[in-house]
Amino acid sequence: MTDQKAVPAQDAVHDTVDSIDRLDSTDKPRNLNKTLLVPLFVFLSLVAILAIGFQLEDPHKLPSVLIDRPFPEFAMRELHDAQRTVTQNDFKGEVSLVNVWATWCPNCVMEHPQLTAIAASGVPLYGINYNDVDEKAKGWLQRYGDPFTFNIVDDQGKLGIDLGVYGAPETFVLDKNGVIQYKHIGEVTQRDWLITIKPLIEQLEHDS
Amino acid sequence: MHRAGFLLTAALMFGCLTFGHHANAAIDAYAFPDETLRDRYNGLIDELRCPQCLNTNLAGSDAMVAKDLRREVHRLVLEGKSDDEVLEFMYERYGDFILYEPRFKRGTWLLWLGPIALLLLALFFGIRFSRLSNQVSNLTEDEDRKIDQLLKSQESSADK
Repeated sequence: MTDQKAVPAQDAVHDTVDSIDRLDSTDKPRNLNKTLLVPLFVFLSLVAILAIGFQLEDPHKLPSVLIDRPFPEFAMRELHDAQRTVTQNDFKGEVSLVNVWATWCPNCVMEHPQLTAIAASGVPLYGINYNDVDEKAKGWLQRYGDPFTFNIVDDQGKLGIDLGVYGAPETFVLDKNGVIQYKHIGEVTQRDWLITIKPLIEQLEHDS
Repeated sequence: MHRAGFLLTAALMFGCLTFGHHANAAIDAYAFPDETLRDRYNGLIDELRCPQCLNTNLAGSDAMVAKDLRREVHRLVLEGKSDDEVLEFMYERYGDFILYEPRFKRGTWLLWLGPIALLLLALFFGIRFSRLSNQVSNLTEDEDRKIDQLLKSQESSADK
């Protein structure tokens, strides 16, 4: 019985709700929903940009600020010939590679065959023995072979700091004037050599 | 009770922001002729980031390069270099990464201005949203009365 009484009242409520809907629709409530989507959109695009950005580059590989700058000045002892002092001028004349290595660095052992092959192909390869001990370094070269034209002794890591080095191995490509053209961080693999470094060296030899 | 909890949370968050980076893991026995130089040295190694580690300052890192760089900071400070000169020395060699507070230039402006832009955007939409939800009903008095009546009749019929 109560149901029958309630029915007309509910119909009237429906009518009123309809009329409210009509009133509101002239007052653009739909726009309200759309503007409220903007923050969500901004947030999602920010997430997308950051997600892509974080994957784009290995955060461990810092860009070098030394590209296009002359190799920092230095005058340091050579590993095998303590009487000999080498300087940045010794790099000039040919396109060359300068490799930062140490006996405490496992990746240096891994990249050594590749470096040996590069040196054998005729590219001058210079070593910086970084934060190391002379005797250990000599033993290491005896064991794995010595592809370096000469080795600079940087037992205090001073030249390393001037080069922005933060680990080993790191490899620099210099042009004929001893200007830094490229820096490779980490092990030089055959892939790195064939795809990046070799074409760059050929181009640099061609340019000047 | 709620208020106390809120204040505590706010204090802790503020504490994280201001004192969070004073972690000194490495202790080098460097000599300083006076305490001002030691304070400046400590300030600098706090401010510079270790290039090998992704998020540790020179003061907190045991990495070899961090040790070398602390030694350089010590040397430069003793040589009479100003804080700016030390930071410039590091910046020339290691670039933006070494500074925890990146310089304002092309490529970093978004980093500096982005949060401000986001804050303004949030304020804009916050105000807009609160205004919209507080909007007074746009029914006429007549319609209001009608709804009240209907609701009342609804209640009384439900009571029975």
